[in-house]
Amino acid sequence: MTESNIEYAPASRSKFKKIDMSKIGGHEQSLRADELPCCLRVSDLNLYYGAAQALKSVNLSIPSQRVTAFIGPSGCGKSTLLRCFNRMNDLVEGCKIQGSIALDGEDIYHRSVDVADLRRRVGMVFQKPNPFPKTIYENVAYGLRIQGINKKRILDESVEKSLLAAALWDEVKDRLHDSALGLSGGQQQRLVIARTVAVEPEVLLLDEPASALDPISTLKIEELINDLKERYTIIIVTHNMQQAARVSDFTAFMYMGKLIEFDKTDTIFTNPAEKQTEDYITGRYG
Amino acid sequence: MNKDATIHSHHISQQFNADLEEIKNNMLEMGGMVEKQLSDAIDAIITADSGLGALVREDDSAINAMEIQIDEECNRILARRQPAASDLRLVLSIIKTVNDLERIGDESAKIARLAIELTEQGESSKGYVEIRHIGEHVRHMVHMALDAFARYDIDAAVAVAREDASVDMEYSSAMREMITYMIEDPRSITRVLNIVWALRALERVGDHAKNIAEHVIYLVKGTDVRHMGLDGLEKKIRVE
Repeated sequence: MTESNIEYAPASRSKFKKIDMSKIGGHEQSLRADELPCCLRVSDLNLYYGAAQALKSVNLSIPSQRVTAFIGPSGCGKSTLLRCFNRMNDLVEGCKIQGSIALDGEDIYHRSVDVADLRRRVGMVFQKPNPFPKTIYENVAYGLRIQGINKKRILDESVEKSLLAAALWDEVKDRLHDSALGLSGGQQQRLVIARTVAVEPEVLLLDEPASALDPISTLKIEELINDLKERYTIIIVTHNMQQAARVSDFTAFMYMGKLIEFDKTDTIFTNPAEKQTEDYITGRYG
Repeated sequence: MNKDATIHSHHISQQFNADLEEIKNNMLEMGGMVEKQLSDAIDAIITADSGLGALVREDDSAINAMEIQIDEECNRILARRQPAASDLRLVLSIIKTVNDLERIGDESAKIARLAIELTEQGESSKGYVEIRHIGEHVRHMVHMALDAFARYDIDAAVAVAREDASVDMEYSSAMREMITYMIEDPRSITRVLNIVWALRALERVGDHAKNIAEHVIYLVKGTDVRHMGLDGLEKKIRVE
């Protein structure tokens, strides 16, 4: 509750005419997922770890430049699904995929896809911050250097831009050449985000990005996510339902490998369609 | 913690700040419109202006629309932000105040309807002094209650609660006057009854203004002072 300088004064008659009557009766003000452009489309996705099926017939379209949260109990497949988007599951022995995932209309599992480039376009941030054992500057510049960009002026500009985007610049601008390992947990996580956005991705995958952080750092990361969605499509996996409620525009509820419900976060948390979703949200699950 | 200084610093989330400011602004805007409705309804009776009465009745739908809109916004904030402490009390107080404001709007529409009927029934000045007096009194209470909410002002809120007691006394005395008129001249009964309903509506407006004052006290102090009478209320506030 901020101190307000709000003055109270009676209205004039003309104000009544300005009231939008279409707002009566629960008029939905924000757009639904199917009304928005979607950069990632999942079609009939089935995933197996050996004989065990981890994802079952998942169909989902992720709206661009919005935050989508995946929620669900442990083992429901939310992290597995997340890792499909940048083909991290390729690294898992015995992992088999059926169905397709399209990024901007192109199947990411197609033979011709350059996986390293995919992982640049679809960046990932993990639960435990993992800065490289290098300086703060070098952490952010790394992705650019391996692309062959070596001019100091370009690197300097890019590092500053990325650290600004990650809301970290003010805290580190005077010690860019200090070791990244000297930063606090929250700062390290923001550094990882800066590193990820330095290579100009389209999508950010956040796998429980604030689980290892204290409450204030968590809120700062959430505030950052709110800023980042203007430029990137963001998918966040979180076991913290309240975080999903605070931070996301759309929420997907998963259970035992299946997508149970996907809708605007407002709807999921006030009036979900499926009983299973309601049970989970209200803590009646289990 | 000095609870009187309910000046909170900004949330880390700008959006949350903005959401809370918005519901409060919307509630005060609704309050402004309701006060206008009340003023005009009272004027419509006193000046026998049935046109103004019709306008008030028509515009009651805008008040209802605002109630629905604000309730929906509060619902969303509760679901998405899980507000705590003073933030929670703010959202709850707004939900309750909006309900009282909508009822004041309804009472004003009622008064406007009576204004139209009285105008059609022709000239007579019986009861108009009482309507003007009590009308001005409750209009002032509504204004003060909303102003108290805007400024989180406990003293102003308590003053509104005090005024309700004197409105109730004025109302009782006005009722006795009206009964006297009806006994003296039975031909005036239909007309005087309309005045009685209007006075009743104004007395209810006073009650709603007092409710709003109680919500302000709850918001600022975290103390529920409903249903305890003026003495109990003042005592409870002083203790905290």
